[in-house]
Amino acid sequence: MSSPTLDTSSATPATALVTPPAEEKLTKKILTADHPTWCPGCGDFAVLAAFYKVLEKLQYPHEKIVCVAGIGCSSRFPYFMNTHGIHFIHGRALPLATGVSLSRPDVHVFVFGGDGDGFSIGGNHLNHAARKNIKLTYVIMDNYVYGLTKKQTSPTSPIGFKSKTDPTGSIDRPINPMKQLLASGATFIARTHAAQVKHMVDTFERAIKHDGFSVVECLSECVMFYEGSFDDSTPRKGGTYEIIDEAQHDVKDDVAAFQLADLPSPGKFGVFYEVQRPTKNALEQKWIDETQAKLGDTPQRELLRKRFETMR
Amino acid sequence: MSTAPALSPSSVKALRNAVIRLAGNSQDGIQSIGGILARLAGRTQQDVMTYMTIPSTISGGPSIFQVHLGSGEVLHPGDDSDVLVAFYQHSYDSHISAVADGGICFYDSGEVTELKHERGIHHIGVPFTSATVEAVGGSARDRGKNIFVLGMLCAVFRLDKDKVAGILARQFGKKDESVLRNAMLAFDAGFAYPVGDITTFHFEEGEHKDEHRISSDGNTVMAMGLIAAGVRYGSAYPITPWSSIMETLRTELPRYGGIYVQAEDELAAVSMTIGAAFAGHLAVTGSAGPGLSLKMEALSYASMAEIPLIVINVQRGGPSTGMPTSIEQSDLMQAIYGSHGDCPRIVLAPQDVEDCFYIALEAGRLAREYSCPVIILSDQALSSRIEAFTEPDLTKHWIEPTLDLSDRGADFKPYPLDAMTRHAPPGTKINGKYPHVTGLEHDEWGHPSGNAKMHQKMTDKRRNKLVDLSKKLPLPEIYGDQEGDLLLISWGSNYGQMKESVNRLRAEGHKVGAAHLRHIHPMPAGLDRLWAGFKKVAVVELNDVGVYGYGQLAMMIRAAYADPKIQSICKTDGLTFRIREIVTGSEKIMRGDA
Repeated sequence: MSSPTLDTSSATPATALVTPPAEEKLTKKILTADHPTWCPGCGDFAVLAAFYKVLEKLQYPHEKIVCVAGIGCSSRFPYFMNTHGIHFIHGRALPLATGVSLSRPDVHVFVFGGDGDGFSIGGNHLNHAARKNIKLTYVIMDNYVYGLTKKQTSPTSPIGFKSKTDPTGSIDRPINPMKQLLASGATFIARTHAAQVKHMVDTFERAIKHDGFSVVECLSECVMFYEGSFDDSTPRKGGTYEIIDEAQHDVKDDVAAFQLADLPSPGKFGVFYEVQRPTKNALEQKWIDETQAKLGDTPQRELLRKRFETMR
Repeated sequence: MSTAPALSPSSVKALRNAVIRLAGNSQDGIQSIGGILARLAGRTQQDVMTYMTIPSTISGGPSIFQVHLGSGEVLHPGDDSDVLVAFYQHSYDSHISAVADGGICFYDSGEVTELKHERGIHHIGVPFTSATVEAVGGSARDRGKNIFVLGMLCAVFRLDKDKVAGILARQFGKKDESVLRNAMLAFDAGFAYPVGDITTFHFEEGEHKDEHRISSDGNTVMAMGLIAAGVRYGSAYPITPWSSIMETLRTELPRYGGIYVQAEDELAAVSMTIGAAFAGHLAVTGSAGPGLSLKMEALSYASMAEIPLIVINVQRGGPSTGMPTSIEQSDLMQAIYGSHGDCPRIVLAPQDVEDCFYIALEAGRLAREYSCPVIILSDQALSSRIEAFTEPDLTKHWIEPTLDLSDRGADFKPYPLDAMTRHAPPGTKINGKYPHVTGLEHDEWGHPSGNAKMHQKMTDKRRNKLVDLSKKLPLPEIYGDQEGDLLLISWGSNYGQMKESVNRLRAEGHKVGAAHLRHIHPMPAGLDRLWAGFKKVAVVELNDVGVYGYGQLAMMIRAAYADPKIQSICKTDGLTFRIREIVTGSEKIMRGDA
């Protein structure tokens, strides 16, 4: 089936919904683009490495992969991926990705960003992309601080965090990403950690395979401006990394997910919530199909001409 | 302006045009009968232009609908009305002064009790309310008195009763059977009501006999133009007076396989639209002034990233929330310069309802050709007024949407310095490095670049696209005298009024011409050739003269040509120009005391 915008006569196999296997095998080497501009020791390097690994595993056609980002250190992600990519404005990566996802059912849309981009300036979009269940995967690299602008308080900075905008310590209650996402209506919500590459790869893969809006919060330390932020969840630094036992936790139970999200730091990691709900992509396509079924084979130009007839 | 129909005992008088003003409250359905009259005119080869004011309150409040019907070219909605229909005392009090000397006022004799007998105006009292209740009966109360009035006007102007019935059937036929029955009862009662010994009128046969004529409002026609231009995707947020375009696209696009998304806010709307454009489609977003302000950051991005995009701004009264249901043309500078940074983009403005179709097609063509945002500045008057015009020929004006996913070679550059940008949308195989679309200053491959020389070269590239376009744009034709005392220049919905003003001024013996700009930015190169043979230039626009005494387009033209003979005729009272305002302003400028 062709992409909905295409005149059937001009449809090419390149836009087929069911994509054939990639001709060339996607490897980390092929997927690598510019050398990351991140500071040495930044957690985001590990996220990038994990994402290469997932794509090596999934083997999507190279040209069907699209990386989207807003503004922030982590939002430089698309430049480091040799795939179609777009680096947009601060906070609006999700609506841009929504436009791509809804108008191009044949491509795989990945969105990358940080806590400021996702929960602060772009907070409203997160709620709406989630409730509309847009088909895409969103990775939020959460470092609890504004890094690109050099150490201001972020929406996830804990109370007491000393920054250039809170020299005596942050006084505002941080948001709880898991609870925020649960309330917004996201259909796949998970939490992982940049120091846990295997868990990241597994979590990303599951998120990508989810048919709907899948979002992964990935704790990713900023060694320049918030060193040690995630020591309590880093075993080699004496912390504990506890993965949710899905035999005990029903991922379809949002109340249980809320309770998990309320655990004190470092909390738990893994899939908090996962349900199937029709995507906006599917619902819009259903409307198109039902509308067009009534019109038969009438050419589009003729449809508009008939519309003019009613205005005579 | 039409001359008032003089009353005489003779039974039928031929008319070339008439202005009918319906004044009541917004919930009385006067827009609805005004619209039916306008559609009827379109079907009977008469020309028509309407003018509507709507209160911005949710329900109720005084409201008017004015219909100018004519057998020749109708250029403006009419200064004065030949016929006033007053539903209430307040409607009468507010609008009797707008009736031409010797005109007719029909009033609801159950509502209007105090009359001013002056200037030879003929007053005819008709109990709209009680006669409607009597005709329809029972529980309907006064619902339907608008249809009663429609019937009455049909009789007075000898309009085609069967065609009106046809329009009513289409309008009400989809509802409960009793609704259409009651409407027809009210219509027949109005048609048969004995209004007394007055002249009835008959429109002369129109000039558009053999053409398919359609009548519609500017927002609907704009939406049709976008579809013909190949737009199948986009997103917007509701705001007056833009909303009806997004409602139409939301409803229509699924028929064409497309999707129009209602976004959570203006920022998301423009972002989703840029997303669809990045994905390879011609996409549109739109709003009114406040929403355009919110979109400005993303529009700057679209200039930098060279994304083709159509953005519609249906202007209304500002600043801020301003006057949401009134007209103003005060977003011109915002459209051209509203964003941060030097971010060239194309700005167009339709001149009438018909042009809303063609300007949408042109916007699509230019967006693709120059790979940049194109803003269409429509306005509140165009959005809601109904005009009759020749049905567009879709065999000539139709762009089939295409998605170019052809393979790109290893030498593919998204931002070449020596050629127009042609993005490779997702899904395109690249036999080299994949491109990045970016808002950072970049090199030809889309890599971020802080190089000073590269920034200058890319700034040149983005600017030169518009310089190139300005050289290709034809100069507008001059209407009226080709040289003389005064050249009027205008833009947007003032087109008809400016032409009519030229007619009036020339009839008074002045040598006056007029040029209308559809391309606001860039303007056609060599614009000064237009006024080389004129002593003065007056730019006619609906915005404030500001601190320096010039309106927004006048400022632009003065900045470009530094010619002191360029002056302004401006106003911001929330209403379209009256012919006499332009005429008086022109006379002042010609006398040199403006």
